[in-house]
Amino acid sequence: MKLKSLLSGIALAAVAAAPVSVMPTTGALAADEIYVPLLTYRTGPYAGSGTPIANGMRDYLTMLNERDGGIGGVKINIEECETGYNAQKGVECYEATKGKSPVMYNPYSTGITLQLIPKAAVDKIPILSMGYGLSAAAKGDAFPWIFNMPTTYWGQASAVIKYIGNEVGGMDKLKGKTVGFIYLDVGYGREPIPVFEQLSEKFGYTLKKYPVPGKEMQNQSSQWLNVRRDRPDYMIMWGWGAMNPTAIKEAAKTRFPMEKFIGVWWSGGDDDARPAGPAAKGYKSVNFHATGTDFPALQDILKHVVKTGKSQVSDESKVGENLYNRGVINSVMIAEAIANAQKITGKKVVTGEDVRKGLESMNLSADRLKAIGLDGFTNPIQVTCKNHSGGHPVYIQEWDGKNWKRASDDITPMADVVGPLLDKAAAEYTTKNAPWPKRTEACAS
Amino acid sequence: MDLLYAILVDPFIQMWNGPDFFIQVMWEGFVSGVLYALIALGFVLIFKASGVFNFAQGIMVVFAALSLVGMHEAGVPAWLALLLAIGVMAVLAITVERFVMRPLVNQPEIILLMATIGLTYFLIGFGEFVFGGEPKTMITKELGLPTGSTAFEVGERGLVILQHIDIAAMIMAIIMVTGLAIFFSKTRIGRALRAVADDHQAALSVGISLHQIWAIVWFASGIVALTTGIMWGAKSDVSFALQFVAFKALPVLILGGFTSIPGAIVGGLIIGIGEKLGELYWGPLVGGGIESWLAYMIALIFLLSRPQGLFGEKIIDRV
Repeated sequence: MKLKSLLSGIALAAVAAAPVSVMPTTGALAADEIYVPLLTYRTGPYAGSGTPIANGMRDYLTMLNERDGGIGGVKINIEECETGYNAQKGVECYEATKGKSPVMYNPYSTGITLQLIPKAAVDKIPILSMGYGLSAAAKGDAFPWIFNMPTTYWGQASAVIKYIGNEVGGMDKLKGKTVGFIYLDVGYGREPIPVFEQLSEKFGYTLKKYPVPGKEMQNQSSQWLNVRRDRPDYMIMWGWGAMNPTAIKEAAKTRFPMEKFIGVWWSGGDDDARPAGPAAKGYKSVNFHATGTDFPALQDILKHVVKTGKSQVSDESKVGENLYNRGVINSVMIAEAIANAQKITGKKVVTGEDVRKGLESMNLSADRLKAIGLDGFTNPIQVTCKNHSGGHPVYIQEWDGKNWKRASDDITPMADVVGPLLDKAAAEYTTKNAPWPKRTEACAS
Repeated sequence: MDLLYAILVDPFIQMWNGPDFFIQVMWEGFVSGVLYALIALGFVLIFKASGVFNFAQGIMVVFAALSLVGMHEAGVPAWLALLLAIGVMAVLAITVERFVMRPLVNQPEIILLMATIGLTYFLIGFGEFVFGGEPKTMITKELGLPTGSTAFEVGERGLVILQHIDIAAMIMAIIMVTGLAIFFSKTRIGRALRAVADDHQAALSVGISLHQIWAIVWFASGIVALTTGIMWGAKSDVSFALQFVAFKALPVLILGGFTSIPGAIVGGLIIGIGEKLGELYWGPLVGGGIESWLAYMIALIFLLSRPQGLFGEKIIDRV
């Protein structure tokens, strides 16, 4: 076994043994560093999804340290804390690291995000839940410290229905159709249900729900027998971890047409589709960024991080896979927010309050993407004071047996449906959690 | 009246009207039941020999399967990897006997249970240390296991689909159970095991080595875990989430009894088929999702009339 693997293994064993373990990369925290804790999970039932994302996030930030000496000349102190996708452990990670002046948190779990939302305004540390978490957090007026661009789960759900409508020949043709929804039966999986229900009333399709309990992720035969009996025209999946490859295998087993099976962007890992072999061909998932390594920034990661042994990827071929690149775009947003904060404040070593302003004024334009070596990697992403999500377009990708291929044009979420739902949900949240602090933070954009 | 009709009549009409679906449900339940029975068998073997409820049985399934796939990924040919994985389970059995069971001999059962909980967490950490936390794909084809399916028509438009891997699982389970039954009834070691199960002290007095028997039983349980890991890993993938499937064996054990091999098999089949029928035909009445607790309900109903399980030994303590 290579020394690198052995050392990684020792770190993992330590992680598994300790209630909360942190894995620093750049040594002790210094005054001229920017501290970025990453709440990740490389162990447990969800490691299959968590590991590639953790690698992508870490490698991009490491690349900035190695290539540019950090951001704006300041080194980034990256520290991973293993959550195991467990909300309690996630909160423990937060409490264990918040004293080190972190500039933001990336919980990588809707459950952990929900726990941290009330803490963010109190501790003055922003939370970036990129494309997950509480949909209502898109409302910047109510949630000035929470960011969930490029679009909410609700926006994504509406885009999937729009795609299906397009496939069947128009939204009016959805009437009488049956759409099945298989989901991990936790807060994350249940999050898009209000939108699917509202859209079913609007467009006249029947919604069938198939919850998968966390402990039954690898035992889904009953859910797929129900699918076989109900014969839905399309299946949508909101899965994570071991649930995804199992569902794709079960779909193939019941001979459900794979081209009519669409996963959320968290059900679009290469290791989700690959285990089913050729039977997975045609399976689709939502995405908002490119796959592959044909971008200067990805090449820099290979050059400065992977080939120099500073990455934890098990194999170089993992760089550029879908969930790896998801981690990369997440860290691009982290880096952009920090760079913005430096620009706004004129300071080199910024604080959480500064980075909140940096997030709120983020404008990842086409030119900016090109400048950072990610030309065409994703659609431009802009965040405003009022809209922390942006409702940016997504697209559908298809598994060809080896790789993901783009299978649709950009699809814009249904703002007319999602907008009022977000307003209502934000109002309900703040009422339920009264006294919810009124926004006092000035708009940076 | 409508409710009674929905509970007592309608499900049977559905079964009659959709014979292909009914057969498919029965088959899926049967396959699940066989796999539950295999997991339960691992528990029974250890409980029978030592009175220990082996909480680590689930992680042993994962660890055995990871050993197999991990070695193959490292370049070891599939069949050699299989033999080496069997060897890993043998080393594990000897280690557990020497460092866990032996020092705790004659301790209360709860202490031994706690020791197996500790063993579970050790194996999780050690497994992640050696093989990493990422799920792995079972080497189904490399082991020569079938991967296709066969479909046959039932009625006018009905279709029943049988996965070849499920048929293989059934055959493997039959071979395993038969092999274990012959081993424990016809061989000297098997008879010694039964003697230990009946009375530890009497077995010791006639020269039976308790340590040897425990190591053998843990090894047999490891083989069962490896078989289960291969079969379940082929249906899904080999990840640490697989350990949760082992908890499906608990209602099987309640139903079949903690000491009975036939009980594990019959209990597994009753739970497997029962939960599928319940979920598919009665589940929709309450919105579905009853499978996870229905198995325990079935077991509890049996428990009320036979506390020792279907095949468990009736224990009468004199006061």
